[in-house]
Amino acid sequence: MRKLVLAATAAVAAIVAGQVQAQSLTMAVGAPITSLDPHYHQLSPNNAVADMTFDRLVNTDGKSQQIPGLATEWRAIAPTTWEFKLRPDVRFHNGNAFTAEDVAFTIARLPNVPNSPTSFGIYSRPIARVEIVDPLTIRFHTHQPYPLLPLDMTNVRILDKETHENATTEDFNAVRAAVGTGPFRVVSHRNGDRIEFARNDAYWGPKPAFQRVNYRMITNDASRTAALLAGDVDFIDQVPTTDLANLRRDSRIALSEVVGTRLIFLGLDHLRAANENSPFVTDNDGRPLGRNPLKDVRVRRALSMAIDRGTVTERLMEGAATPAGQFLPPGVTGHVQGIEAPAYDPEGAKRLLAEAGYPNGFRIQLNGPNDRYINDGRIIQAVGQMWTRIGVRTAVEGQTWAVFVGRAGKAEFSSHLIGWGSNPDGSHPLRNILATVNAERGWGASNRGRYSNPEVDRLLLASLTELDEPKRQGLVGDALRTALEDVAVIPIHIQTNIWAMRRGLAHDARIDEATRAQDVRPAQP
Amino acid sequence: MSVYLLRRLIQAALVMLAMSVIVFIGVYAIGDPVEILISPDADQMERARAIAALGLDKPLWQQYLSFLGNALRGDLGRSFVFNEPALKLIGQRAPATLELAFAAMFLAILVGLPLGLYAGLRPDGVGAKAIMAGSILGFSLPTFWVGLMLIMVFAVQLGWLPSTGRGETVEILGLRWSFLTMDGLAHMAMPALNLALFKISLVIRLTRAGVRETMLMDFVKFARAKGLSPRRVIGVHVFKNILIPVVTVTGLELGSTIAFSVVTESVFAWPGMGKLIIDSINVLDRPVIVAYLMSIVLMFIIINLVVDLLYSVLDPRVRLESK
Amino acid sequence: MSATTAAPAPIPAKAPRVETPLQRFISEFAESNIALGALIVFLCIVLIAVFAPWIAPQNPYDLAQLDIMDGRMEPGTVGGAGFTYWLGTDDQGRDMLSGIMYGLRISLVVGAGSAIVAAIVGASLGMLAAYAGGRTDTIIMRLVDLQLSFPTILSALMILAFLGKGITNVVIALIVVEWAYYARTVRGTALVERRREYIEAAQCLALPTRRIIFRHLLPNCMPPLIVVATIQIARAIALEATLSFLGLGVPITEPSLGLLIANGYEYMLSGKYWISFYPGIALLITIVSINLVGDHLRDVLNPRLKK
Repeated sequence: MRKLVLAATAAVAAIVAGQVQAQSLTMAVGAPITSLDPHYHQLSPNNAVADMTFDRLVNTDGKSQQIPGLATEWRAIAPTTWEFKLRPDVRFHNGNAFTAEDVAFTIARLPNVPNSPTSFGIYSRPIARVEIVDPLTIRFHTHQPYPLLPLDMTNVRILDKETHENATTEDFNAVRAAVGTGPFRVVSHRNGDRIEFARNDAYWGPKPAFQRVNYRMITNDASRTAALLAGDVDFIDQVPTTDLANLRRDSRIALSEVVGTRLIFLGLDHLRAANENSPFVTDNDGRPLGRNPLKDVRVRRALSMAIDRGTVTERLMEGAATPAGQFLPPGVTGHVQGIEAPAYDPEGAKRLLAEAGYPNGFRIQLNGPNDRYINDGRIIQAVGQMWTRIGVRTAVEGQTWAVFVGRAGKAEFSSHLIGWGSNPDGSHPLRNILATVNAERGWGASNRGRYSNPEVDRLLLASLTELDEPKRQGLVGDALRTALEDVAVIPIHIQTNIWAMRRGLAHDARIDEATRAQDVRPAQP
Repeated sequence: MSVYLLRRLIQAALVMLAMSVIVFIGVYAIGDPVEILISPDADQMERARAIAALGLDKPLWQQYLSFLGNALRGDLGRSFVFNEPALKLIGQRAPATLELAFAAMFLAILVGLPLGLYAGLRPDGVGAKAIMAGSILGFSLPTFWVGLMLIMVFAVQLGWLPSTGRGETVEILGLRWSFLTMDGLAHMAMPALNLALFKISLVIRLTRAGVRETMLMDFVKFARAKGLSPRRVIGVHVFKNILIPVVTVTGLELGSTIAFSVVTESVFAWPGMGKLIIDSINVLDRPVIVAYLMSIVLMFIIINLVVDLLYSVLDPRVRLESK
Repeated sequence: MSATTAAPAPIPAKAPRVETPLQRFISEFAESNIALGALIVFLCIVLIAVFAPWIAPQNPYDLAQLDIMDGRMEPGTVGGAGFTYWLGTDDQGRDMLSGIMYGLRISLVVGAGSAIVAAIVGASLGMLAAYAGGRTDTIIMRLVDLQLSFPTILSALMILAFLGKGITNVVIALIVVEWAYYARTVRGTALVERRREYIEAAQCLALPTRRIIFRHLLPNCMPPLIVVATIQIARAIALEATLSFLGLGVPITEPSLGLLIANGYEYMLSGKYWISFYPGIALLITIVSINLVGDHLRDVLNPRLKK
């Protein structure tokens, strides 16, 4: 009898516990959120949290495809005019109605957030004038034909004119101004520690599964995994590759993964001319070489062929990456058909080196960060091993990102490892990494190897004002192909985004790495 | 006495001035914060705008002078990353670190003093040997490793304690403290122990060394010869003498515990100042780094002053020089 | 335990002759079996560290000798190069046994090097401050305050940012970080000691200042200095590990024990214990043996503990 009562009590307790769990979700993310102001700092973790509170005119699905958000449809009605039809009957968390006025206000605010280290003003810069046609129709007049405007709008979270007219970044951080149209309301915010959300029951879109969300920041990888295993959190992002094998075996844990859009690649010194010394290249006795071997495409190709990408992804990344020959994975807009990951061919690489006049190789130093990308310090060591095997004796130096990125920006290295988290359009890496550095056009801002190819520049320029989408994609694809066949950079792999959760939850993985509560729900039994 | 205090305060101001110059130059030398903060989408124009917005386009000496001017009015600048006053950020994080540090020091004295006393009084006993061996382990193990071991054992394997983070908080005087709730204490147990381990060993060793030396001193022999009870000899005469080094070191270590809780805080995801500073260094958030260091320097100066004053109270042989 | 310590000290068989201070010191040191054992262990560690290039099966710092295909092998596996990885390999295919031998070299150089230099610098300044007093004292002690108020991690990051990663740079960073502890300790003790009668007596005898400092003041400041030095060597080695943990210490291609632990730390939850467990044990043995030796040294050197 007593046993029966105990069992019954236990069963009731389990049911109650189950219900409580279904109502609230505790997530732990690896990167700190620096601000709740959606226009203050262009940072993926901030954007992910902003997506829980705010909406964009154009939302993106898990594959980064554009889907209707606060705009139901959009089209270019003239070469320099985009028209957006807005979603009716949408209300902000405080009950204010959403109208075109709010969109106009948001666009005006973008470049005017004081002290912003990375302003969202770049998304309003192409817009010459905003025209409100009626409360649910808005037109953007651009300076030039501008095909990327809808893409830009996927980065702009819409604010409420009435609420945010005088709101400062501090007001957002203090929660009182963190008012949007999104699926969750912010309840409380403790800087660098946690943000608490409650479901917005009046949300226009699909209703999130959880009523309350506790969004915690645990930056240490091992601690984050430990918190999941200990049951303190239900869901974590940025699962360390070292724990993957174990988590896969653990019956209490489920994983969700998708090939992302972050390419890890090597940049090479294109700045020093063929008859100049590259700073970290010497001959086999450590003396200056008198020329820059990296200007020879055969050497670049040899270095690329020397890398056993399969081993890097299988052994070092434990399968959490895919060998790559270009910036974006298949299935994403900017993927170029027919460019495969270069095959591993050490013998061919040696032949190419000999052809280029380096039968005995040379010495080089490979630089990279060791605290930025997944296993970055390990990857440069592995590449060092592989290059050394074809006769290019490689020293490896890993530095903290703070030190590394400044030096890389000044093109101080002969070869360096770096990553690029691309948006789904091929013009993004093209413009920033492969185009000739040109401050006036805003090109090559992240071209840390100073690659320059007039043909690539010409194709890019043509694509930027091409409103015919298939034609534009063709131009972008041709430009990418030209640069990659010239081995402008050496792609290694594209990272897989991995989340882990307690069994019983399901998650829609996103290629843009964003960790958002609306993508998590109880698994269907 | 007041002359002495005044001199110390002037010195303190000079130290803080020197510190701010060093940090300014140091951070400048490490790298360019804009390179780190900038989004991948930003082009050169946007970069130039960001540099100007953060005031980094001016020459370093000009940046420093404007910082100094504001600092004299109590404004240590706004965080590049959070766009909040640096002092406010630090103030928000301070309670978490303070309660952790005090808990650690409390643990250290609570555990270390009796053990050290025992080990010092019976230096050849098995217990004393075991205590000393334990104390050697205590400062041999790297903090981060112990931290992870604690999490592995007590959170993952046994499930007794929460693995990371800070528990429920209660608001007192506008600040949030977690040591008043059970949940808060449960969260604090492991990080506090982790942080305390080194200090416990230190207190044990200092106490033991002090006891052993003092017990051989003439005044102790004399007190014993006079027939005072062992309890009184140890409790009053010995204890008073060993307190000097213990107080000094505990005082000094309190400062360093607060300043150096970086590792414990990052292993246990403890949202304190240590984590703030390491995050700020990683993104070269200079206003926060400078403000944090100024606060730490101020705190150290106060601690040192208090320790020196206590010193002169406890040991009349040391005099505060006021000429 | 008690039996070993109770063991009678070796009794000189022959008629007592005049012992030199060194002989007396040695015989006193040898009284403790534990300390003697620790010393032997420590000497073995030093020997392993010195001769690592000749006895290690692999040069773990030469990328050409590593094979990533041999990565994360369990202890006892035979690798591609044909020899057995008795303690397993890390993610780069680095033989842990060789890695530990080479890592010992770095940890010892870093720990001992920084502690010795910092002790000399710190003790001299501390002594000077205590003896000279006045303005010298003020300046030195303010410098100490300045140093102690600078968080270790930040000093280290800044110095390493200036100089770049590297063993020498880590040593420099640790010296800069540590000297102040010695200075403060020595000054504190010296302040008390210099008011004692024996110093006053020496001053009355008009002995040269240098002689008073080195022959009278310094020996009496030794016990706390040795306590601090013992702690600081251990601390320096652990600090180097921590710097490596935070990604700032030695170069990733030349891992010290600390960096080996830090690398393996990421594998702890996944059951690949050997990557950080064995370096951890090596680190532990090293530090514990240093501390045991130092501990006993202090008892032997302390003039006030003499019977």
